[in-house]
Amino acid sequence: MNILVCISKTPDTTAKIAFTEGNTKFDENGVQWIINPYDEWYSLVRAIEIKEKDPSTQIHLITVGGVEVEPILRKALALGGDEAIRVHLNSNDSNEIAEQIAFIVKQGSYDLILTGKETIDYNSSCIGSMLSALLDLPFVSLANHLELNGNTATLIREIEGGEETNEVQLPMVVSCQKGMAEQRIPNMRGIMAARTKPLKIVEPTPTTPLTQIKEFNLPPTKTGVKLIAPDQMDELVRLLKEEAKVI
Amino acid sequence: MVLIYIDHADNQIKKATQEAISYGAAIAKLLNCSAEALILGAVEDDLTELGKLGAQKVHQLKNESLNTFDAKVHSNLIATAAKSLGATVVIFAHNINGKALAPAVAVKLSAGIVTGACRLPSLQDGFEVTKTVFSGKAFASIKIESPIKVIAINQNSFGVHPYENTALVQSIDLPIPPASIKVTNINKVKGEIPLTEASLVVSGGRGLRGPENWGILLDLAKALGAATACSRPVSDSDWRPHHEHVGQTGIQIAPDLYIAIGISGAIQHLAGVNRSKTIVVINKDSEAPFFKAADYGVIGDAFEVVPALTAAILKMKHNQ
Repeated sequence: MNILVCISKTPDTTAKIAFTEGNTKFDENGVQWIINPYDEWYSLVRAIEIKEKDPSTQIHLITVGGVEVEPILRKALALGGDEAIRVHLNSNDSNEIAEQIAFIVKQGSYDLILTGKETIDYNSSCIGSMLSALLDLPFVSLANHLELNGNTATLIREIEGGEETNEVQLPMVVSCQKGMAEQRIPNMRGIMAARTKPLKIVEPTPTTPLTQIKEFNLPPTKTGVKLIAPDQMDELVRLLKEEAKVI
Repeated sequence: MVLIYIDHADNQIKKATQEAISYGAAIAKLLNCSAEALILGAVEDDLTELGKLGAQKVHQLKNESLNTFDAKVHSNLIATAAKSLGATVVIFAHNINGKALAPAVAVKLSAGIVTGACRLPSLQDGFEVTKTVFSGKAFASIKIESPIKVIAINQNSFGVHPYENTALVQSIDLPIPPASIKVTNINKVKGEIPLTEASLVVSGGRGLRGPENWGILLDLAKALGAATACSRPVSDSDWRPHHEHVGQTGIQIAPDLYIAIGISGAIQHLAGVNRSKTIVVINKDSEAPFFKAADYGVIGDAFEVVPALTAAILKMKHNQ
């Protein structure tokens, strides 16, 4: 079993969100980079659990990014990835990133491609769906459960107000979310082993971005909370009805 | 032509799609072209009524097998239909199925895509779409540079706008690719309002001290007709099911009203709810950071405040 886990770097969940260069770039000053939580907690850890049951499984990691992504790739290797590929390209365009990953996938042989449901910075939720189109593979999104039995995957995906169980023949693409696995912390042995695991850097295949970020903006700050005394709930209801007009 | 994808389940068009149709119709007006909708499968709803949301035509591929969702099959058909109908903009709701389909359709149409859009595009300098980024903590304006554009619109960000049209329903005939997914079970929580579709949400945190105390929250939700949600520590402790967890790593919602009970308002929680139109915070700790993000706040004991609020709502409803 060959599993490809797509890894993205994102700012730490508590990072201050600010912009520079006339609001055209995210201010990376002092930002701590982490593995996108959905990629790490759910897709990578689920891949590791699959490998624990079937030790012949190989976990390949892929990321599209500059050299600054390498520390988080090493962390992913420390958690349990076997090898990592970094496509040397900085891009914010989902089409372009998916094309780079698909190009690598076509050169190898992968049974299962896992992504997180979205990154916590651009929240685009695009890569898994795009990979399925570029590779002509089945796709199950927002999966919270994945079991393999030979070449058949059984997945549970979220639907409005419930869940749906899907059966799919590998190879396939899955986007993972909460419920799939539990967060892990790399141990010392993993950290030591990660130092010598292969991290291959490949040059990008020629692609053209189809979108361009023109400007970032912060939402207007709230004007201030209106406090209502605990014994004035009729007044709160009146405000919600007449002022906010939400009930 | 602007083509809007109609998502449906249980023989009904989803609420998020109604908004997507209105959004697509508004874009068609900006571009001076027609707004047309595409439905794969069949619903009980009267499709001519989609004219009231702004669709001039509805193209229907009426095949029962398409009522089962298969991202590969559906995205293939949508892309083929978009090409044959000559769509220049394709609109999806940024909901569960929209997230699975829109990016694949963009690939097949060599289209640039913006998901999580929250405003009408600006045509001043090309075609720019504003979307939420950093889990709602900021906006980005993104220029789409390809001839065909795909946009997935955030739920509850544009609203439904009435039109006085009757849509013309036409059938479209396309070869249906073989299924890639077998749906073996569907498990819907009966009688519960789906969180992502809810306009009103009541949410609880650790301040409620234990799952046995959720009754007051459920009573409030029932009185309002609201969906229920919770913070991460609550779902991590299994006080409430995982699907109720809202926040950065749970689900992100944007209801009209979000009532947070006993939730301190950590930055990761706010990231999941800060697009709510109105936020009410009930917390006994006046220093809780959530008050800074709230529109209305009640500093007090949830066990007294929440039943009083429920009673006040029932009284208001009774007097209506």
